[in-house]
Amino acid sequence: MGLGLLPSRFSRIPANRLFLRSIVSNSHRQSPEAAAAAVPPPEPTPDLPPRTPVAGARVHFPNPDDAIEVFVDGYPVKIPKGFTVFQACEVAGVDIPRFCYHSRLSIAGNCRMCLVEVEKSPKPVASCAMPALPGMKIKTDTPLAKKAREGVMEFLLMNHPLDCPICDQGGECDLQDQSMAFGSDRGRFTEVKRSVVDKNLGPLVKTVMTRCIQCTRCVRFATEIAGVQDLGMLGRGSGEEIGTYVEKLMTSELSGNVIDICPVGALTSKPFAFKARNWELKGTESIDVTDAVGSNIRIDSRGPEVMRIIPRLNEDINEEWISDKTRFCYDGLKRQRLNDPMIRGSDGRFKAVSWHDALTVVAEIVHEVKPEEIVGIAGRLSDAESMIALKDFLNRMGSNNVWCEGNGPNPNADLRSGYIMNTGISSLEKADVFLLVGTQPRVEAAMVNARIRKTVRASNAKVGYVGPPADFNYDYEHLGTGPQTLLEIVEGRHPFFSTISNAKNPVIIVGAGLFEREDKDAVFSVVEAIAKKGNVVRPDWNGFNVLLHNAAQAAALDLGLVPESNQSIVTAKFVYLMGADDADLDKIPKDAFVVYQGHHGDRGVYRANVILPASAFSEKEGTYENTEGCTQQTLPAVPTVGDARDDWKIIRALSEVAGVRLPYDNFGAIRSRIRTVAPNLSSLDEREPATFGFSVKPESNQKMSSTPFKAAVENFYMTDSITRASKIMAQCSAQLLKK
Amino acid sequence: MLARLAAVRLQEIRQVFRLAPQTSRSFSTALNYHIDTPDNNPDLPWEFSAANKEKVKEILSHYPSNYKQSAVIPLLDLAQQQQGGWLPVSAMNAVAKVIEVAPIRVYEVATFYSMFNRSPVGKYHLLVCGTTPCMIRGSRDIEDALLKHLGVKRNEVTKDGLFSVGEMECMGCCVNAPMITVADYSNGSEGYTYNYYEDVTPKRVIEIVEILRNGEKLPPGTQNSRRIKSGPEGGNTTLLSDPKPPPSRDLDAC
Repeated sequence: MGLGLLPSRFSRIPANRLFLRSIVSNSHRQSPEAAAAAVPPPEPTPDLPPRTPVAGARVHFPNPDDAIEVFVDGYPVKIPKGFTVFQACEVAGVDIPRFCYHSRLSIAGNCRMCLVEVEKSPKPVASCAMPALPGMKIKTDTPLAKKAREGVMEFLLMNHPLDCPICDQGGECDLQDQSMAFGSDRGRFTEVKRSVVDKNLGPLVKTVMTRCIQCTRCVRFATEIAGVQDLGMLGRGSGEEIGTYVEKLMTSELSGNVIDICPVGALTSKPFAFKARNWELKGTESIDVTDAVGSNIRIDSRGPEVMRIIPRLNEDINEEWISDKTRFCYDGLKRQRLNDPMIRGSDGRFKAVSWHDALTVVAEIVHEVKPEEIVGIAGRLSDAESMIALKDFLNRMGSNNVWCEGNGPNPNADLRSGYIMNTGISSLEKADVFLLVGTQPRVEAAMVNARIRKTVRASNAKVGYVGPPADFNYDYEHLGTGPQTLLEIVEGRHPFFSTISNAKNPVIIVGAGLFEREDKDAVFSVVEAIAKKGNVVRPDWNGFNVLLHNAAQAAALDLGLVPESNQSIVTAKFVYLMGADDADLDKIPKDAFVVYQGHHGDRGVYRANVILPASAFSEKEGTYENTEGCTQQTLPAVPTVGDARDDWKIIRALSEVAGVRLPYDNFGAIRSRIRTVAPNLSSLDEREPATFGFSVKPESNQKMSSTPFKAAVENFYMTDSITRASKIMAQCSAQLLKK
Repeated sequence: MLARLAAVRLQEIRQVFRLAPQTSRSFSTALNYHIDTPDNNPDLPWEFSAANKEKVKEILSHYPSNYKQSAVIPLLDLAQQQQGGWLPVSAMNAVAKVIEVAPIRVYEVATFYSMFNRSPVGKYHLLVCGTTPCMIRGSRDIEDALLKHLGVKRNEVTKDGLFSVGEMECMGCCVNAPMITVADYSNGSEGYTYNYYEDVTPKRVIEIVEILRNGEKLPPGTQNSRRIKSGPEGGNTTLLSDPKPPPSRDLDAC
């Protein structure tokens, strides 16, 4: 009934009957047979314009015979069996309002916002929990559905505080948007609203529990995806609240995602609280560099300041989650920044100088030492452009001692399959057995760990782990701590070997922490032998993976950043640290001249003689390759700090001062230089699989030591110069890592 | 004059509103979150007693071994009886360990059901039915009489630790309304009883309290001596003769 009809209806009622209650029933409710007989002959399918699915959703038919047809608002759609009414509506291009429903979480069906009318059903049905049946006639736009939504909305708003002006969710709040679209313009509730005590979930998530509408998305996220069963729904009826019952911090590396999935302002970002409104922010689509996963992020900035980082959807890499380190490291971009070129004087103090003076000093010294005494180390956050520039510059100076930290003293850059994840992050979901060798994915690559957990939950995949005792958020079997266990497996003495060889799609993941071991080649050849015997690498399945730690590692190996001699740092006279803070700085001789080019005053600066300030990942355009071999690029979101410059530009300028001018003047030119060295780095947002497997690798005659594997990451929250400068990350390490 | 009347009325309305949130919370004995106290914190040890461990095994045997979590309610009940009527947080943790789930899953159940007390109660926990039929028959007066006699507030324990008074939703005794329930925790989980006393009056409940205080036993059921169970007062008024058998078809005639 349209609103326009109302006055005419009322005008026909005599005045004295206005206050009489009337019970209305229509004929088809009174006699079903009569209603069935009275059904008009089916109308020919109306010639409706074709609709596009919501958000470009793709429908995948696992079995084409199981397709069923339903009608959404009269428009026929074909969907696979097992879809819900909700999904059928999405395929038909109808966006159903929802609070509790989330496509990556289990179905709760408790918010009732997704009510639709289904023909021959006496009541509106909750579409998210109702399976679609063949021939179902779903109506999403009828007065019944609209009235049902309005009623649900009124109940939801009954106990919801009217504090939108002081709420951080304001402007991106599902409740706000949907009450505008589907709610009534007034409420009838005049009682006192309830209030709920706020909970302390740690330094990252701020809670205002009075705003909670009990959708239980956060409870389901914590239980299903993060794997920490801390949150629950306590109490009943109007006293119901989300909480941990006993005071407990949320100790998950993915806890920040509850901020995104909360449809109201109950869970918001604590560091971002009252800092900005979301409509004042400029979003820049970029890439995370704090680990080797390359999660897709959006950097929200206001003026020169990064205000927050939120995830972008990428089904192949991070789905729609990011780790807490990715999300909250941004305040490190504002602290301890290097903003002027500086030279250490004779008194040991740094003095700010001009770029010209700094580069002249560096160019003079670099000519004074012998070419083999020149060493260059790229840091873990370096982009491909700066690394190729550093390598080209050092090559022109006659040295080939350039490498990237984290790749170990003797990296293998010959076979690409020996240092990337050959399976690919999204294909891990097809695996049924995992063997983790010396890697703790939960701290090394939280998003890969989330993928493994998803697989373990979905298909009960078995996980075997070789390494030091570690924290896992899924069931695993601790096979041993060192290479000895690997030998047992390869010789078939260990029961896990039969698990691997009987598996359909086994996966072996080797941690990049092994790169630092002396007997790296021997360990790798044992793992490769397991892979060969267990049929892990087949033409249709490649289950041999290396999980890298740093954003720069894969690109560095692609570009051939391999030192000529692994002892070169001990005899070095000139060391060029390009953001390298975790290299063996103690091994640098006392009399060596150290240039530190980077964006943070971190460990490398203490040893430096000259500081050249560079831009951070949020301020530059840079190419990064993630651990599965997918090339992606960052984009500048904010201007650089002080007098800092892009890394490759500094080296290009230095080469000119030193008299060995590098032949690229702009970004396009350096990209084409990269293309000649590593063509895969030029195809952006594409995963380039490795061409050759390890079968072509020469035999290694190294002896394996029995030293157990070590944990590669001690503190998940502080792994690089940005996160070490971050106050939020410091709070996290102090509060959440407490044992 | 009119203005003063309006002001008084407004005051009354405000008074009602001020009381509203408290009454809605009063069914449960505790808040929906835990606050550490010396007698209730997760560090206190708690274990099922040797006799109850047998019962735990028996309870678990009712459920398939991969659905141990189904036993959460009977186990919480057993733990509550053992603890003397209430569930400290360490007891809930012990139950979680037995059924192999995260503690929060047990807290969720324990906070949902108002019959699980998460703060101490008396050895005799008196529960007054507060649902409509009992309320119409005077359950408010009964509660007032109990509270006044024992000198406590609702969900408060008397100084000697013997009695506490709570409110309950309908317990299905409406024909004998008003009624109270006595949960007797004085003898541990072996001698635990949960008895209904029906047709009570403000005078009678005080007598019941005194009988319990003296350690005597009182047969449960209606307190009206002129009734038998839920039959009418003073004997039956209908169905006085044997009921007529239903007319049956002559099957041989078919």
